[in-house]
Amino acid sequence: MTLQIIVCVKAVPDPAQAGRIRIDPATRTLTRADVPLAFNPLDRNALEAALQIKEKSGARITVLSMGPSGAESIVRECLSLGADHGILLSDRAFAGADAYATSFTLARGIENIGKYDLILCGMASSDGATEWVGPQIASFLGIPAATQVEELTQADSQTLIVRSGMENGYRLMEIKLPALLTATRKLNRPRALSFSGIIKARKKQIVQWGLQDLGLAEDQVGQAASPTVVSAMTTRTARRQVEFIEGSIEEKAEILVQRLAQAGLI
Amino acid sequence: MTTKANCGPVWVVAEQVDGRIQNVSLQLVGKARQLADELDVPVEVVLLGQGMKDVVEPLFAAGADRVYLGDDPVLNWYHAETYTEMIVSLALKIQPEILLIGSTCTGRELAPLVAARLATGLTAHCIDLKINDQRILEQWIPAYGGLISIICPQKRPQMATVASGVFPLPDMDESRRGELVMLKAPEAVSGRIRTLEVVRREPETVALESASIVVAGGIGAGDEDGWRQISDLARILNAALGCTRPVVDAGWAGHETMIGQSGKMVSPELYLGIGLSGDLQHLIGVAGARVMAAVNKDARAPVFEQVDYGIVADCREFVPLLIEKIRAYRQSR
Ligand SMILES: Cc1cc2nc3c(=O)[nH]c(=O)nc-3n(C[C@H](O)[C@H](O)[C@H](O)COP(=O)(O)OP(=O)(O)OC[C@H]3O[C@@H](n4cnc5c(N)ncnc54)[C@H](O)[C@@H]3O)c2cc1C
Ligand SMILES: Nc1ncnc2c1ncn2[C@@H]1O[C@H](COP(=O)(O)O)[C@@H](O)[C@H]1O
Repeated sequence: MTLQIIVCVKAVPDPAQAGRIRIDPATRTLTRADVPLAFNPLDRNALEAALQIKEKSGARITVLSMGPSGAESIVRECLSLGADHGILLSDRAFAGADAYATSFTLARGIENIGKYDLILCGMASSDGATEWVGPQIASFLGIPAATQVEELTQADSQTLIVRSGMENGYRLMEIKLPALLTATRKLNRPRALSFSGIIKARKKQIVQWGLQDLGLAEDQVGQAASPTVVSAMTTRTARRQVEFIEGSIEEKAEILVQRLAQAGLI
Repeated sequence: MTTKANCGPVWVVAEQVDGRIQNVSLQLVGKARQLADELDVPVEVVLLGQGMKDVVEPLFAAGADRVYLGDDPVLNWYHAETYTEMIVSLALKIQPEILLIGSTCTGRELAPLVAARLATGLTAHCIDLKINDQRILEQWIPAYGGLISIICPQKRPQMATVASGVFPLPDMDESRRGELVMLKAPEAVSGRIRTLEVVRREPETVALESASIVVAGGIGAGDEDGWRQISDLARILNAALGCTRPVVDAGWAGHETMIGQSGKMVSPELYLGIGLSGDLQHLIGVAGARVMAAVNKDARAPVFEQVDYGIVADCREFVPLLIEKIRAYRQSR
């Protein structure tokens, strides 16, 4: 009995450049400089956890992503890293989904895949950062979830021992499969791509599913199915009057210390 | 706003640790009181735990009209499925208009589970909550260099999570009384998740939330050596060390030291931000600081619009010098 693992991976605007997406003060709309898509950092930890289970006791790993067709390159990267199958949920109708609608669509995708024992997500995406999608997928599938996982061991074929982070500590839990976990950075150190992996993955097919493949209607996905909407935007205004400290770098350090000392701060 | 309420109460799902109501829960009850007064509805709190009867008083003092208390050995530890089930079934009965939960480790798991079951919207890490003139809750979050308001126009309750420190602790009125309603705990708890152990240790370092000086470093530190310089500076100043998200991504510091919208809220006497751009998602976490200074090599970095003292310098050169000058100043006294 090989474990069937599904890893949910999101293609996000490259976190290093995401700052270029800005609200245009004049039109109050988003100016999307062409920020390239990247692998959501925490999803690497989710995939790594799956790969380690596969190496230890065997598993089939399916990577699932919802996003624009450009997200295919991220799914391909997962295949190069050792995942067995890649599925991209892509449809114009999926656009504008909030966490609720995203989770619902992903849950439908998972049901479409069929059998699964373990679902792994990142704790958070770098652009949405809600941390909702993992637990909401679990809720829609009716399976237990443990978030913020820092350590993971297999007790037996049907049971995992999971350590979840908490303020100044942790919770240790036993969790029965099928279950969903969300990965933190502490869980593992994601591996790097290997040349042979890239070659092997070239031949692998990435399946693309749209609205009809999931048997969903337009009003069950995307913006139409999102309970939350953006109602207003403001651009930020300067809050403090800055005093630049001038001089040589030594003088700057000296003056800063004086200022802070005068203010009774150090 | 003269129309009489025709909506449900404002709810707070409170959190207790070892029988102590968490500050974030009291802060939310204070905020819920304001929102409820505008809507002309009661504030109700749901609290689950064990041995809780003597600890509910602060919830009333903070502004609750009614507390639903689940007090049972099976509720001793947070349990995702049991807690979700109890909150969902009560919410279906009472139909709250608004439901607020603290962005704590367990709150961040519980909130989306409850929202999915209630088929309603949820906004993460809000930094402000307001009732608009259509009596709808505006849930403000920083995004894209500005602030955006998220609303949940159709579905109820309107749900939001808020970090500790976003709202102040309310004035506690010890004479305030309210109604205590006991909830029945489920007879059997699902065996799919079993908590084996809960461990909490005393933190070794200065707690960020209560520190009087916070040194925060950004990805501009460059590498682990640059990061070490910044942590040395924090140690010499006896300050708490915080960071931005890219620093967590780089693995130089843990997630628990991240300051900002999805991290910690701090309000020190002095904030020193080094090698960070001053993104609102980070700086919103420092809004309560008294004096702020920043070091950045780029004179146009947005952080300089948000601080009292600006130093344009390469932090790799500046931080060691600053450490030297602080030492010299201390010796001279
Ligand atoms: C929903 C959401 C929630 C988020 N929540 C948080 C949060 O809670 N906390 C948080 O921090 N971020 C959060 N972020 C990320 C946030 O948007 C920014 O990406 C992040 O704060 C930027 O970190 P930074 O300033 O270190 O990096 P950058 O923006 O890349 O800035 C680095 C700065 O360092 C300067 N620099 C480079 N080299 C040097 C040098 N040698 N000397 C001096 N200066 C140098 C550069 O000029 C630049 O200004 C969130 C993002 C999203 C989408
Ligand atoms: N569009 C998506 N496709 C696949 N997985 C996603 C998507 N959005 C979110 N996820 C998963 O949910 C996690 C949490 O995302 P979020 O709730 O946005 O913070 C991510 O780390 C992913 O594992």
